Amino acid sequence: MVFAAASLTDAFKTLGSSFETAHAGTSVKFNFAGSPTLVTQIEQGAQADVFASADTTNMDKLTADGFTTGDAPTVFAHNKLEIAVAPGNPKHIKGLADVDRPGVIYISAGPTVPAGKYAAQALAKAGVKVTPRSLETDVKSVVSKIELGEADAGIVYTTDVKAAAERVSGVEIPDAYNVEATYPIAALKDTGNSITAQAFIEFVTSSDGQSILGSYGFAPAA
Amino acid sequence: MDSPSSARTGLRRRPERAPVWIAILAALGAAFFIVPLVGLVVRTPWGDAWGSLTSPDTLEALRLSLVASLTSTAVALVLGVPLAWVYARIDFPGKAVLRALTTLPMVLPPVVGGIALFLAFGRRGLLGQWLDSALGVTLPFTTAGVVFAETFVAMPFLVLTVEAGLRSMDRRYEEAARTLGARRWTVLTRVTLPLIAPSLAAGAVLCWARALGEFGATITFAGNFPGVTQTMPLAVYLLLETNTNPEGSFVLSLVLLLVSLAVLVGLRHRWLGSA
Repeated sequence: MVFAAASLTDAFKTLGSSFETAHAGTSVKFNFAGSPTLVTQIEQGAQADVFASADTTNMDKLTADGFTTGDAPTVFAHNKLEIAVAPGNPKHIKGLADVDRPGVIYISAGPTVPAGKYAAQALAKAGVKVTPRSLETDVKSVVSKIELGEADAGIVYTTDVKAAAERVSGVEIPDAYNVEATYPIAALKDTGNSITAQAFIEFVTSSDGQSILGSYGFAPAA
Repeated sequence: MDSPSSARTGLRRRPERAPVWIAILAALGAAFFIVPLVGLVVRTPWGDAWGSLTSPDTLEALRLSLVASLTSTAVALVLGVPLAWVYARIDFPGKAVLRALTTLPMVLPPVVGGIALFLAFGRRGLLGQWLDSALGVTLPFTTAGVVFAETFVAMPFLVLTVEAGLRSMDRRYEEAARTLGARRWTVLTRVTLPLIAPSLAAGAVLCWARALGEFGATITFAGNFPGVTQTMPLAVYLLLETNTNPEGSFVLSLVLLLVSLAVLVGLRHRWLGSA
């Protein structure tokens, strides 16, 4: 059972089926949610073998509380931010400063969710003060509400915009304001599947795993 | 409180004893409900309870919850009592279907209700796009959106309770009033409504309690922002989920538990009979 950050949803599903093909007889199941939600679930006793976080803060918390194995968590991917808008960008949002414009409904992931934290950092770098209309529980709900047309803009990962294909458009954030997300992965203690868990982590960091992640828009670990 | 039936009928019956296996299963059944409540009480950090309760975030959520749930109850009374009256008194084709449709939110998963509200009152919804273009009103991410979500989920409780009251009332009082020359409005306000007052009160309290506890439709349709759409149940969920203050969520849960308990005690004569 792999607990993975919401932004990894599509990439990890593909990774999972390739892993199952490569390792006959294994089956990988996923639980995707906001990273802090997953930490709570694991600390409350959920049966998880592997945890993949969208930031180091949540991974560090789990490590500090003694839930991971002795091995240090491995960084396996990086990600960047983009502004997700309705297809064709009807509100003509050109950059971070525009999410603050009157008539633009801006929403964000909550401040404890990595995507929300990174979004706030990017806005701060750009000197934009904007109050989100809603603090969603994970980055995928931000994308959904933009797809549904209820919100006009949200800062999400470039991979989320790519995954949503034609249902949302992305507006790039210049490197000066962008924030790089770091994804660590670790095996958890007290699982009956430690060998498979270790094999899955090796697969994610292998060249095959990295090329799958790359095809979803993630930057390689190194 | 009531004397047992044996005393009235004069028949002496020995108090019945449950067979062992029924007693065991019944005890398990009761424990299933009691243990989680005990867990909540035991694990609540009582030392910090007052601090958690009076923190600005909690007070904000509490205030919003009260405003939204009371507004929902008021809306439900204004629209729900006439609906109940129609169901109880008027026969028309398709009534059974309509009644079923308006009762549906009682059993519908609230998240589904939230999605349905999106499709109706969202910015691109059937009515929502008109609201947006003609009046510049958008409901998602507003307190009005919370009231919509809560009313949608809670009003059926009021409608059904009031309808039952209207059906079971003695209509001869209305007829007597009418033969004495009272107008329909007078009959309604001076005879019918006072007669069903207990049902009105019970329906309103049930509706309010359901609105206060509403979570799924609210977070789906109205989103989550402190002071605007983050009601108590959302605050409880997020405190726990986001790992910021799990103990704080226990305290808030306990507050909601006490409110529910108060509702139950207040309505005990209706639900718990005279046992």
